[in-house]
This record gives sequence, structure tokens and C-alpha cells, in this order.
Amino acid sequence: MERLELKEIQRLEGHTDRVWSLAWNPVTGHNGVPLLFASCSGDKTIRIWEQNLSSGVWSTKAVLDEPHTRTVRSCAWSPSGKLLATASFDATTAIWENVGGDYECVSTLEGHEHEVKSVSWNASGNLLATCSRDKSVWIWEVLPGNEFECVSVLQGHTQDVKMVKWHPTMDILFSCSYDNTIKVWADEGDSDDWQCIQTIGEPNNGHTSTVWALSFNASGDKMVTCSDDLTLKIWESENIGMQSGGGFRHWRHFCTLTGYHDRTIFSVHWSREGIFASGAADDAIRLFVDDNESQVDGPLYKLLLKKEKAHDMDINSVQWSPGEKPLLASASDDGTIKVWELVSQR
Amino acid sequence: MVSTLINANPIIYEKKERRTRTSPPTTNDDYAVEPIDQLEIFDILRDIKDPEHPYSLEELKVITEDAVEVDDHRSYVRVTFTPTVEHCSMATIIGLCLRVKLMRSLPSRYKVDIRVAPGSHATEAAVNKQLNDKERVAAALENPNLLDMVDECLAPSYN
Repeated sequence: MERLELKEIQRLEGHTDRVWSLAWNPVTGHNGVPLLFASCSGDKTIRIWEQNLSSGVWSTKAVLDEPHTRTVRSCAWSPSGKLLATASFDATTAIWENVGGDYECVSTLEGHEHEVKSVSWNASGNLLATCSRDKSVWIWEVLPGNEFECVSVLQGHTQDVKMVKWHPTMDILFSCSYDNTIKVWADEGDSDDWQCIQTIGEPNNGHTSTVWALSFNASGDKMVTCSDDLTLKIWESENIGMQSGGGFRHWRHFCTLTGYHDRTIFSVHWSREGIFASGAADDAIRLFVDDNESQVDGPLYKLLLKKEKAHDMDINSVQWSPGEKPLLASASDDGTIKVWELVSQR
Repeated sequence: MVSTLINANPIIYEKKERRTRTSPPTTNDDYAVEPIDQLEIFDILRDIKDPEHPYSLEELKVITEDAVEVDDHRSYVRVTFTPTVEHCSMATIIGLCLRVKLMRSLPSRYKVDIRVAPGSHATEAAVNKQLNDKERVAAALENPNLLDMVDECLAPSYN
């Protein structure tokens, strides 16, 4: 069997406080467009990093140090790669537009009472979701002229909401929380009547502590979640067809991965090639893959690779790149970002 | 501000005598790594002032040397503190002070867990969860009022 290795390509320095999150621009890395991602930090700034096409070296392309006045907790690119949304502890979400290489803040979304923790664009880029320590999830409609209108405020979580994420193909929203649950939200009917259609909690084989992040596989029929309870859980759903309002609405427990991290797991991300990465407060990165050779019961997941001491401190975010090469970026409390390549050892 | 004290009449205990640190047996090597031990962590924390009394956490027996567990090899510390009363609303502030002091004093490789002593607080699980959620801690420390409170409690512990 071939042995795989996570090879460190570059260690990126620039942030002066912990790096909370990073997001690859989805339209880069193809057709001669250099790879690019954004990172955000406790230093209240967002940095844009780009890879030089000829040298392969990464460098800072821009530092966005306004308008956020507190920690910038997360960031997300619109599907077209033209807009960047950044969520901050200052209770606002900023929208940035790339205008000829310069990033301009074109809109600031206000409304949350406390820290905004996560932001996510839907697949078609016409809806945005945000979540906050105020326990609510907001859905915003993207209107012409960089206008954003709040179309729904979703209440249901009993504690702060750590992350929101849209399904990769359907307009179904997922949120995970300090209240240990994952909630599934959908538009019932045609009147922007968003409702919680499922709550995945402890009684449904759910997590027993804060759920920090979630990610989908490429086809959108599986979801992985990670938690302070030190487990990763895989959930599955079926596309039940349009006659009942579209698929991927009901999720059931598929398997639980225990014993791979010994401190809080903050981040998990599934690649298009079917490998998911996890990053945790134990400073380690783990990669998992579908186990085709497993028992008759059906495929489970096996550990593909473990990278101890990937950073000097907690790992807050791991994200696979959109390009052709299997690149993974990780962001840490040590203030650095590392770009890794998954290579086979000979 | 709080007009009535949560615990108006706390019991004050005597401070432990400060032990002189004994040098390790082989003192020839000035560059030898000296592991961080229980007493060193206790010394970092003992003089933190209680948020509502002019006494130290040691004098109120909120922390003791035995409440510090340390594994220098694994870069791990766990501090278990005992609030003076079961319904102490100051418990999260005390926990925050302990965490901030350790954050500022220990090498960054250290992992720190802070918890209230089992059975010592009415909402033990909730307090523990909050104190160990680093996102909540980060947000709290960006709150100027909370940070002032923490800094005031920490002031006597810097020498």
C-alpha cells in the first residue's frame, strides 16, 4: 500500500494574534488563475494570501484592517469568488468586493446583538447565513447593488451558535452550537418561512458537548461534525426527490470516530476526493478516508494519516484547496498558517 | 456594581509559608532544563485577589497547592478551584483570572484546563464548560469591563 505524507510547503507569518479561520477562493487554482485564500485573526485583520504562479511561493496580497473593531472569527467567499464575507466579534459581518485587485468593503451587515461567529453563502450565491452568541441564525438575501436584506431570524438554539453551513447543492442550512446540537433549517413553502426541520442531539447519537464545525462530502449525502466531546461523527441522508420538497432533509447517524484527538476538535473539512481532515487543540491534524475493505456492514472510515505537532499550538481551521493539487491549509493559535501537500512517499 | 456581597463574611485562612525552592541535585549545568512543577504554578496563582474581597485566593482557600496538577513533559496543567460559596456568581471571574494569569506566565506550548472542585458549585458543569471554551474566553477578554476586573484581581500577583 502506498504511504501518504503531509508535506509542509510553506509556513505563513503575518498575523499578530491567533488565526481563527481561513477560506480558499473557490474560482482560483484553475485555468492559470493563481491560488488565493483569506485568513482572519484575533488581531482584528483579514489577510489575503496568493501563490506566485512561477515560484510557487505564497505571500500577502492585502491586509484588510478596517472596519472590524474586534476579533474576526470567520470568513467565506461567494461561489463566484467575487465577494468575501467576514464575521466579527464586533457583532457585524462585512462584505468585501475585489475591485481590480483592491478589496473594498461594500456593505456591513448589522443586527446581531453579540459576536458573529460564522458566515456561509449558499450554492447559488443569492443567500447568506450568519450566526452569533445571541443564539440566533440570520438569513440574508443578496440584492443587486450589494444590498443585503435579512429575510429570516431563526431562533431555536439554546446557546451560542458556533457555525452555519449551507448544503453544497440544496438551499438547506445547517447550524451547530454550544448547546451540543446540530439543527437543519429549510424554507417551508414559498413565503420565506424558514423553520427548523430537524434537531440532531444526544438522543439521536449526537454529540455530548459543543459542536464546533461541520462539512459535507462532494455529493452532499454525507456530513461530518466535530466536537469538544473529542469525537467526529458522520451523518447520512438521501435525496428523496422533489415531490416532497427536495432531498437531504432528514439525517441519521452513520458512524462515530473516537480516540483520534485528545483535546477539542475545532475543525473538519471534506475534500472532493473523499478525504476529510480534522484539526484540534492537541496541535494535530488527522486525515480520514472511506474504508472500502471494511466489514459486510458497509463502508466505514479509517485513519489515513496523522500529523502530530502540525503547529506549536491549537489548530482552529483546516481547509482543502480548490486547485488540482491536494493542498491543505491550517490556521493556528500560534499565529501562523501552514500550507501542506498530500504526497505519496516512495 | 454589585451592592451586596455574594459572600459577606468569608473565612480567612493563614497564608502558607513560602518554601524556598530547592535546587536540583545536579547544579553544575546552568543550561539544564528545570521542569515546571506544582509549587511554581501555585506561586504564580496564590496572590491573585478575590474579585469581591481584599484577600488573596490562597487566603480564602479558593486554591491550594494540591489543587494544581502539572505534567511538564506533556505540557499540561489542570487547576481545580473551590468557590467560597456554592452559588458564587464570581466563579467564572475567578476562573478567568486563573486562566489569564497562566496564559501570561506559562510557555505557549502549555495546555490548561480550569475547573471548579466537584460538588463545590451549583452550576458546576456550566461554569466548567464556559471556562474551557476558548472562543468565549477570547470574547470575554475583549470586553473592557471584564478585562479591567481581571486585571485588578491579577495586579497583586505580579512582583
